[in-house]
Amino acid sequence: MKPTDINNPEYFHKVVDCQYACPAHTPVPEYIRLIAQERYSEAYMVNWDSNVFPGVLGRTCDRPCEPACRRGRVEEEPVAICRLKRVAADNKGDVNKLMPQGPFKPNGKKVALVGAGPASLTVARDLATLGYELHLYDEQKAGGGFMRSQIPSFRLPESVLNEEVNYILQLGIHTHFNNYVSSLKDLLGKGYDAVFIGSGAPKGRDLDIPGRKEAASNIHIGINWLANVAFEHTKKIGKKVIVLGGGNTAMDCCRTSRRLGGEDVKVIVRSPFAEMKASPWEKEDAIHEDIPIIDNHVPKSFVVENGKLKGMTFEKVHAVYDEKGKRQLLPVGGPDVFFEADDVLIAIGQENSFPWIERDLGIEFDKWQMPVVDPVTYVSTNEKIFFGGDAAFGPKNVITAVAQGHQAAISIDLMCKNEDLHERPSPFVNLVSQKMGIHEWAYDSAVVVDKRYAVPQAEKKLTLADRKKEVELGFDHFTGFKEAERCLNCDVQTVFTTNKCIECDACVDICPTSCITFTNNAEETDLRIMLKVPATNLTQDLYVSDALPTKRVMVKDENVCLHCGLCAERCPTSAWDMTQFFYNVTKAGKACQQ
Amino acid sequence: MTYIRPKFRHPELPKNKLGYSVDYYEGALSTLCAGCGHDSISAAIVRACYEANIEPHKLAKLSGIGCSSKTPAYFLSNSHGFNSVHGRMPSIATGANLANRDLIYFGVSGDGDTASIGMGQFVHAIRRNLNMVYIVMNNGCYGLTKGQDSATADQGSKNKSGNVNLFDSIDLAGMAIELGASFIAQSFSGDKTQLVPLIKAAMHHPGFAFINVISPCVTFNNNAGSTKSYDYVRHHIDATATVDFVPEMSEITTEYDEGTSKQVKMHDGSFVSLHKVAHGWDPVDRLSAMNAIHHARANNEVLTGLLYINPNSNDLHHLVQTTDKPLNVLTKSELCPGAEALKKINEELK
Repeated sequence: MKPTDINNPEYFHKVVDCQYACPAHTPVPEYIRLIAQERYSEAYMVNWDSNVFPGVLGRTCDRPCEPACRRGRVEEEPVAICRLKRVAADNKGDVNKLMPQGPFKPNGKKVALVGAGPASLTVARDLATLGYELHLYDEQKAGGGFMRSQIPSFRLPESVLNEEVNYILQLGIHTHFNNYVSSLKDLLGKGYDAVFIGSGAPKGRDLDIPGRKEAASNIHIGINWLANVAFEHTKKIGKKVIVLGGGNTAMDCCRTSRRLGGEDVKVIVRSPFAEMKASPWEKEDAIHEDIPIIDNHVPKSFVVENGKLKGMTFEKVHAVYDEKGKRQLLPVGGPDVFFEADDVLIAIGQENSFPWIERDLGIEFDKWQMPVVDPVTYVSTNEKIFFGGDAAFGPKNVITAVAQGHQAAISIDLMCKNEDLHERPSPFVNLVSQKMGIHEWAYDSAVVVDKRYAVPQAEKKLTLADRKKEVELGFDHFTGFKEAERCLNCDVQTVFTTNKCIECDACVDICPTSCITFTNNAEETDLRIMLKVPATNLTQDLYVSDALPTKRVMVKDENVCLHCGLCAERCPTSAWDMTQFFYNVTKAGKACQQ
Repeated sequence: MTYIRPKFRHPELPKNKLGYSVDYYEGALSTLCAGCGHDSISAAIVRACYEANIEPHKLAKLSGIGCSSKTPAYFLSNSHGFNSVHGRMPSIATGANLANRDLIYFGVSGDGDTASIGMGQFVHAIRRNLNMVYIVMNNGCYGLTKGQDSATADQGSKNKSGNVNLFDSIDLAGMAIELGASFIAQSFSGDKTQLVPLIKAAMHHPGFAFINVISPCVTFNNNAGSTKSYDYVRHHIDATATVDFVPEMSEITTEYDEGTSKQVKMHDGSFVSLHKVAHGWDPVDRLSAMNAIHHARANNEVLTGLLYINPNSNDLHHLVQTTDKPLNVLTKSELCPGAEALKKINEELK
């Protein structure tokens, strides 16, 4: 193999598994260390810079970082990254003074943002400080988008959302709430230099089966129903509720139903339990609230008697997989199953919908009626119109919307300055040695063996009685510290300097997880087998040095390195050093940040 | 400030025939200097015991005094151990071995512990062909007392403060062969590929198995001009052959050219398999081994690998005809068979 080019920041970036997996590439270990030091405001600001909504995401994020966490590969459970983020948000001091202070010198450019969800708000935050005049449109009475309309208050208190939306609005954003944009052409007529569309995927999928029309008054589309609950148009539901669907919206629907009078609430889903789209913890929370999840049942009809919904029939199926692993749901035979219901909530997916965008504006749409959007710059085929969040590539999640918002903001700024959209700014990168002396490192190198701590919850009796009572209580200071200590500091990199190495084997002998091997060089596939413990995880890179005096090379399998620093500790010549690697995605207008 | 070895190990660590992974053979965290050759030898011992499927409770590690003699704390935590008086490890090993012949005795010593204060003990253990492995971690200096030249420091070798050693060195391997040792090997701490099979073969050898391992002292004897530094040894190393240890009942799978490879059958049916054998050297011929050792010394080479093995070695127990059953488990009925047995013996003497 060729020697690893550690001058390319992407190599070490990939070693920081959590940060790499995060769509916004939030510097996770950096803020976890700050939490361990009880520097909550600073931890919050590291997050705020990167993901804009730390309090919201600390409660509701899909957490792609956690399955990626290295800890999950050496132990059972990853670090509770998401809930640590909440610790920072809950315990921070006054962060207002740490945020950009306006007013900002106007640059004379005007940008419209359609939809006040996480994508648009991110664009607004990034562009406001650069002097743009920003106009934010939304049909609802307040900003937040689906963070407000679809995430129930018992998971995300309104106060947390309001606080974080206001941090952005106070930067001098012109808001146009209660203002549905019904024509993009009209909007363009107002002389904006650019328009960003972050209008989400607002249309809930319906289920056209017998009885749908007759029972319409007791059948609700999940996301619309959740919005009605959030804006207090809907205040109760029947005693017996069926929720159709297996995603997180279904989980929010069933748990909200339990709080609005639903006593016998069940989730009924087509797929097997294990393959449901909902996050495992959301399923657990639903089950904890006495909501059975009945899997392998395909809805067949709504049963209506005397013009009123009585229940639903289902066909029982089982999953069969072909050689390619493609799933088919086949009937198991036997009679259909009937479940009683006063109300049914349909939460089987959501779709994009752009009836308000005229098709003669130079925005190309594909056969699924989705706009054609550049996946790097987020520009549409009209150079002044940008898309981001669910509106760009279909329903994803908040953190993805934020990540796309940052990139769209960069593009808008480049476009307004007549610069090339594809000249993306490099990430901000820094490497700092952590060595302070013998046995002394600037980071907490000890690896604790603690298992993952569970987040305490409020009593069920209390939470089910009040829709707005938050279920999760968050970690207290001490548990937050203990959980933060589980982080392996993967951003503290093992940096190897070939010409200092005397090949004494000290690092090989001390490494607790047998990551380091000195061997003759070979092609990657062979080299992976030749290591002290074969490197079978192909998603993890090998760190290969230049040839040493004995013609051998140092090969380190990054897979289960604990970043404990013992290789550097035992190296007599400092050929190994523990070096903190900071990587931050550059935001709009900060290309020359050094 | 922490210096603790994490408990986590590679989740895919393979297991040996006994069901143990290599970490079961580890010891406490080393307190020797970072980069010390001794730590590499400790790691080679761990690896050899793991690969040879040694039951840790069937092995006793013994040592004297010195940096080297601290190392038994750093490997095989689950084995027996005895840290003895300076240079007196062979006496303890002799006593222990006579009391319980069923254990593997693993002696660890240094150049001071062996070539100076313990020389008398060392030569007599060889003379008696005590069944043990005797490793010398040889760094040519007294590291524990800040690096004075030891008796194995080569004449003309320069120490860290620039002083040249005036005295001729004691060649431990040369002396061992002169005294009739039945297994003699030399190796380098930085070459585990060679050292691990040598240790495995030594543990199978019924008799005194001596391995002299050049082990650089990074703190006091790794300077330019030293003949025991990493650089010097790497530049002057010359192997008798590539060593492979093939345990009893295993098939020999690697094929080598006729004439350049040799198999030596050991007492218990195992093989030492030697490849790329040096010209004019025969592992079972003592004279050719002596020749090779002198030759290498004349050429300032560090001759490594297996130097000599006597496949028909008879150890101390064989020589003094002790019982097959270890002495420490003999019961009163066996030790005092009673008046009837005495009478019978007396009858025979009439």
